[in-house]
Amino acid sequence: MARFLLRRALSAVLTLFAVSVLTFLMFFALPRDPVSGMCPKNCDPERLERVRQELGLRDPLVTQYAGYLKGIVTGRDLGGAQGGRCDAPCLGWSYVNNEAVTDTLARVLPVTLSIVIPAAILWLLLGVGLGLVSALRRGTWLDRAAIGFSLAGASFQLYFVGAVLLLVFVYTLRWLPVPAYTPLSTDPWRWASGLVLAWVSLAFLFSAIYARLFRAQLLETLSEDFVRTARAKGLPRSRVYGRHALRAAITPVVTVAGLDVGAALGGTVITETTFGIQGLGRTAVEAVRDGDLPTIMATVLVAAVFVVLANLLVDLLYAVIDPRVRFG
Amino acid sequence: MDPYLRVEDLRVSFNTTDGVVRAVDGLSFSVERGRTLGVVGESGSGKSVTSLAILGLHDPRRATVTGGITVGGRQLIGRPESEVRRLRGRDAAMIFQDPLSALHPYYPVGRQIAEAYRVHHRGAGRAETRRRVIELLDRVGIPQPGRRYDQYPHEFSGGMRQRVMIAMALVNDPDLLIADEPTTALDVTVQAQILELLADLQAESGTAIVLITHDLGVVSQVADEVLVMYAGRAVEQGTVEQVLLRPQHPYTWGLLSSVPSLRGDAEADLRPIPGNPPSLIDVPAGCAFHPRCRYAEHTAGRCGTELPELRAAGTAGHRVACHLRTEERARRYAEDVARVGVAR
Ligand SMILES: Nc1ncnc2c1ncn2[C@@H]1O[C@H](COP(=O)(O)OP(=O)(O)OP(=O)(O)O)[C@@H](O)[C@H]1O
Ligand code: SF4
Ligand SMILES: [Mg+2]
Repeated sequence: MARFLLRRALSAVLTLFAVSVLTFLMFFALPRDPVSGMCPKNCDPERLERVRQELGLRDPLVTQYAGYLKGIVTGRDLGGAQGGRCDAPCLGWSYVNNEAVTDTLARVLPVTLSIVIPAAILWLLLGVGLGLVSALRRGTWLDRAAIGFSLAGASFQLYFVGAVLLLVFVYTLRWLPVPAYTPLSTDPWRWASGLVLAWVSLAFLFSAIYARLFRAQLLETLSEDFVRTARAKGLPRSRVYGRHALRAAITPVVTVAGLDVGAALGGTVITETTFGIQGLGRTAVEAVRDGDLPTIMATVLVAAVFVVLANLLVDLLYAVIDPRVRFG
Repeated sequence: MDPYLRVEDLRVSFNTTDGVVRAVDGLSFSVERGRTLGVVGESGSGKSVTSLAILGLHDPRRATVTGGITVGGRQLIGRPESEVRRLRGRDAAMIFQDPLSALHPYYPVGRQIAEAYRVHHRGAGRAETRRRVIELLDRVGIPQPGRRYDQYPHEFSGGMRQRVMIAMALVNDPDLLIADEPTTALDVTVQAQILELLADLQAESGTAIVLITHDLGVVSQVADEVLVMYAGRAVEQGTVEQVLLRPQHPYTWGLLSSVPSLRGDAEADLRPIPGNPPSLIDVPAGCAFHPRCRYAEHTAGRCGTELPELRAAGTAGHRVACHLRTEERARRYAEDVARVGVAR
């Protein structure tokens, strides 16, 4: 188990390293000059050149990358134009937002977490619940209703669902305030009421996938030999399903959920745009629009960290669920 | 003495998109306490479907089961699931062919056996259950049962896993044990050990055993009686001596002539029965075996039109479903033995 963990952790670090190198290279492959972007007209070319040097853009690539890494690990001095001393993990300075990139992240990351984590809990419960009901009652109207619901979920677009929800609950019934982010620690009630529509629309779309996946998985598991053994022992149905079939059927759901949640934490662009909430997703898109390279780099890295962590978590859960993985 | 298990005119059919599969079609047999019935037949003859029907394990949405199944005097067909369930694992237990897939991969074997015990012993405490499970693991010949208790199925060898299955089946001291090809997945040495174990356990506790197999060698070692199945029906029934030494049905002759260990010379080439078992959706009219039977021409066309009933043949208790007349059959069989050397 310890070796398994070590191996997984090592490969996670390597993956992140590779992502950072790639992003860094892409950063330079971009045809745009970040400095002239900062001042579109009437700039003194000499001053521009000075800024380029100050930013380190005239240094060899390796030196620049090393500086970036050093900033993350130990912090670095960015010079007066960029806020001076930048503590670890330093991700650079954004001229567009005029702040350290870590400050931007500190602002938008909690927003995305507040959207994705409750939504994920909701969509997992809903998806697994619906899948369970329709597998157990397969062929009945309940099964058909659950499948219908999940088909609807799979065929709608988020901005459509979001717009309908907004129209009904915010602008017509006025049960909910206009979506906005309030920190959980400030006011839990406002936190929840400002985000609940985002949760519900994400859950509606995602639970569709999970319901169908789990239903199929459960039906397949029910025809396994070990389920037959469980019945041959004389176990009641509830125990055959709850203990023997469920645990085996949930494994692939865990995988898909891990990957989905990991990807969603990297930014829920459409959700944030639909509900006008500034999270990681919108920040990333705006950074690309504005050519704000340090911010692009940071959002890509953060997204990669989430994906890698999610993968790691999935592997761990697998090992907890399936003893063959632990020993294999 | 009344037989512990009595199966009467059992019929099991499945509704599939291709049509109705008549997997078992009018099967009757019985097994007494302390006796072993060997059920043989080629793949697809309905052996497993029969064994699942005895425990009521068919999905009522897909299978139609009719006829009579009496276990210890209780008629099971038509009884509510909740009552049949209480019988499963306690009065009648089952050993499956492939213990790797039949055991749950995620739970330690000890807990899987404990679960089988506790569901029928509501009052049993943890310590008592554990003691009982370890006792069983020991009894089926698993070394270091206390340590093995907490291990997972994939940590056992094939033979040891099958012992685990047997321990699980025996944990409630069932009166009836159904073993569906319990040794097929194992090598010959381990197979012999498992069969010996079953025989020992039966001698101790007087269990009635239904042993399903397509291996006549296994039957000759452990069974008292034999039931030969073809296309969901019994074609021959009798004691081991009757069926294996004085077989009456052409299908049994075919089965026997393809078993090297039962023949005088192991060198001679195997003679599997030509052709394939029939589709159970569209079973041949008359005797289902007639398209493959070399003797079908000797019954004036009856084989292809008229279903042969099980009738007494040879010595008392021996029954066979075949249109060949008794004298005719004796002569044909003698010829066959002379030609291919069936039997010893
Ligand atoms: N659930 C089911 N639905 C449809 N057909 C089935 C079902 N279960 C079994 N059958 C069919 O019933 C027939 C008998 O199957 P069964 O498993 O009893 O054969 P068997 O004698 O045990 O063969 P084997 O030696 O291969 O185990 C086969 O043709 C099989 O395809
Ligand atoms: S009834 Fe006819 S076809 Fe069937 S086994 Fe006897 S001789 Fe062969
Ligand atoms: Mg079978």
